[in-house]
Amino acid sequence: MITSLTTRPALRIATAGSVDDGKSTLIGRLLHDTKTVFEDQLQAVVKASRRYGDGETNLALLTDGLRAEREQGITIDVAHRYFATPTRSFIVADTPGHAQYTRNMVTGASTSDVAIVLVDARHGVVDQTRRHALIAALLGVEAIIVAVNKMDLVDWKESEFTRIAEEARLFVEELPHHVPVAAIPMSALLGDNVVDRSQHMPWYEGQPLLEFLELFDATPSQLPGARVHVQRVIRPQGGLQADFRGYAGVVAAGTLTPGAPITVLPGGRTSTVAAVHRWGAQVQSAEPGHAVVVELTDDVDVARGDVLVVSDAAVPPIVTEDIVVDICWMIDQPLVAGSRHWFKHGSRTGHATVTAIEHRYDSVSPTHEPADQLVLNDIGRVHLRMGEPIVADIYAHHAEGGRLILIDAATNTTAGAAMIAAVHPGGRA
Amino acid sequence: MSTELISAAHLDALTDEAITIIREVATECESPVLLFSGGKDSAVLLHLAVLAFAPARLPFPVMHVDTGHNFSEVIAYRDALVQDWGVRLVVASVQESIDSGRAVEDTGLRASRNRLQSVTLLDAIAQHGFDAAFGGGRRDEDKARAKERILSFRDRQGRWDPRAQRPEPWALLNPRIRKGEHLRAFPLSNWTELDIWQYVARHDVPLPDIYFSHTRTVVERDGMLLSVGGPVVLEPGEQPFDAVVRYRTVGDASCTGAIASTATTIDEVLAEVAAARITERGATRADDTFSESAMEDRKREGYF
Repeated sequence: MITSLTTRPALRIATAGSVDDGKSTLIGRLLHDTKTVFEDQLQAVVKASRRYGDGETNLALLTDGLRAEREQGITIDVAHRYFATPTRSFIVADTPGHAQYTRNMVTGASTSDVAIVLVDARHGVVDQTRRHALIAALLGVEAIIVAVNKMDLVDWKESEFTRIAEEARLFVEELPHHVPVAAIPMSALLGDNVVDRSQHMPWYEGQPLLEFLELFDATPSQLPGARVHVQRVIRPQGGLQADFRGYAGVVAAGTLTPGAPITVLPGGRTSTVAAVHRWGAQVQSAEPGHAVVVELTDDVDVARGDVLVVSDAAVPPIVTEDIVVDICWMIDQPLVAGSRHWFKHGSRTGHATVTAIEHRYDSVSPTHEPADQLVLNDIGRVHLRMGEPIVADIYAHHAEGGRLILIDAATNTTAGAAMIAAVHPGGRA
Repeated sequence: MSTELISAAHLDALTDEAITIIREVATECESPVLLFSGGKDSAVLLHLAVLAFAPARLPFPVMHVDTGHNFSEVIAYRDALVQDWGVRLVVASVQESIDSGRAVEDTGLRASRNRLQSVTLLDAIAQHGFDAAFGGGRRDEDKARAKERILSFRDRQGRWDPRAQRPEPWALLNPRIRKGEHLRAFPLSNWTELDIWQYVARHDVPLPDIYFSHTRTVVERDGMLLSVGGPVVLEPGEQPFDAVVRYRTVGDASCTGAIASTATTIDEVLAEVAAARITERGATRADDTFSESAMEDRKREGYF
């Protein structure tokens, strides 16, 4: 029942961890115990559980929705589910554990605030746990929850939990980005410490998972100053509004108000915000995430791909053709120095050439090694030369301006997810 | 029971996200179209699309795939809406696909034209040269939809391959396709049925009358209330009766069921939806209960 009013936006969470560690079961348990599962969905899952010989009701079937997934009992692609409690709404991405489907895990985790990394209490931290924790950290999640699952299979022993939680914590703390980490002992299958507090583990004094998620608040980051990646020029043809000229895009990284002096990058022309519109009406200010149309006081040249930046930005973006990125590689064709791809950064598309591969991350330890190529599912640091200047931010400072995808020119598929780690101002390094 | 917004901020964020997706796809693609069924999701989608480009006009047409098995209220609503909002309407007719031999009509008592829509839809996309089609599909509707990307690739045969979807990190949309391929775009991916109704309430989006309680002659079949007097053929032993109902979804009249409801206002509908224990498709769509993977199978063939 919906009874309370909150002004907090939904919390986005993603599961992560190795195959069979219980990710889909955990999400099924969360949905079930928050009374989010509809009667017909549950009936369908009971029926399917029987058909696939799963014995008891297999809650993983709530998110493993593709036929191939249900037949094989695995998760192939990310499923998105939604649920709400009296205090908060949640968007959940249930991601696959197989290394083969890492690209789908990246898709699910990329927009998440919190990553729940599952660990099977019998097996402890394994390579895939480390790989997913590394990806989550690079993607900039605001917290990692280590869910030590299947505690029922280790007799609910505190010593087992403490050992695994410590190992996971040490690994996360050594990752390149500092991410807060918490550990919770649970049994997703039986529902212990998911929504309801476990009766089997009185020694655990922390929060059950749902309570942690309901109360979680990200530390507000320092906003570097508003920018708008221009998606489209809004220009009515004829009529009363024939003189209207506005620039559509999303506000990022600060507040945009009429009267604000702005610079149009990469060109560098300056103007002033005349009016800001949102949802078809004028507004007094716009915040990050707002889809706006911006009118300027001058008739300057602004096109799709340009970025409007408030001129007094605390941390202005850098116009550059040379960037250093951490990249997750997602296609069979290896990434090598000299390879050429399409890129999409904000609303700008162009060519990018790989000029060097600095290193490949070792997914088993928080270190890296030299490499001359990145193959499918590798994560590494590479240098890119863009075919045209882009308006770049460091991903850790401002994610929207610091992320891009590479697109394979031969197949048009999305080939890499890249996060800008460093830039070389003014072009050639 | 309170029906106030659980989070105004959440609906705000969904609204901004949808508008951003619509602008991005409409600008990247050369010839987009918005698929409009007259149902609540496509009404919200169209409303968002109009807002996305204001004060300019909607820069693409809307297309109705007409099964010929319509609720008359929905067609009247469709025609009034496109006129009021100044939108260009294209109608693709399943009847024409049948007449020209492109599609073969199911026969039998419970025949439905639902599946045939895929043929008509793909033909119309090819005929008009559309390279992207916006749909009102939501991930919470069905377990196969829950797996689909916001921008979803279709090969030259219009097929969806759920095992080879393009990664979509940060929802940075990749619109690159070759000639003959196309994209489906789902700006409402992250919306739930309740979000849709909250948006309808907030923006006073007009909807067909059949979404609100009325008296209708129906027959009960497989636990669903099907409207009598249209394409539904009575089976032996079935007794039509008058019931107070509303529609929770609007689709092909031969396979879309009504639910018993006294909700006559948006607020009453909101209260009903918030308390519902059955999904909208489970409660109202005979076509989705055929088999466990009915939606996935249809989507592989090019369905919405």
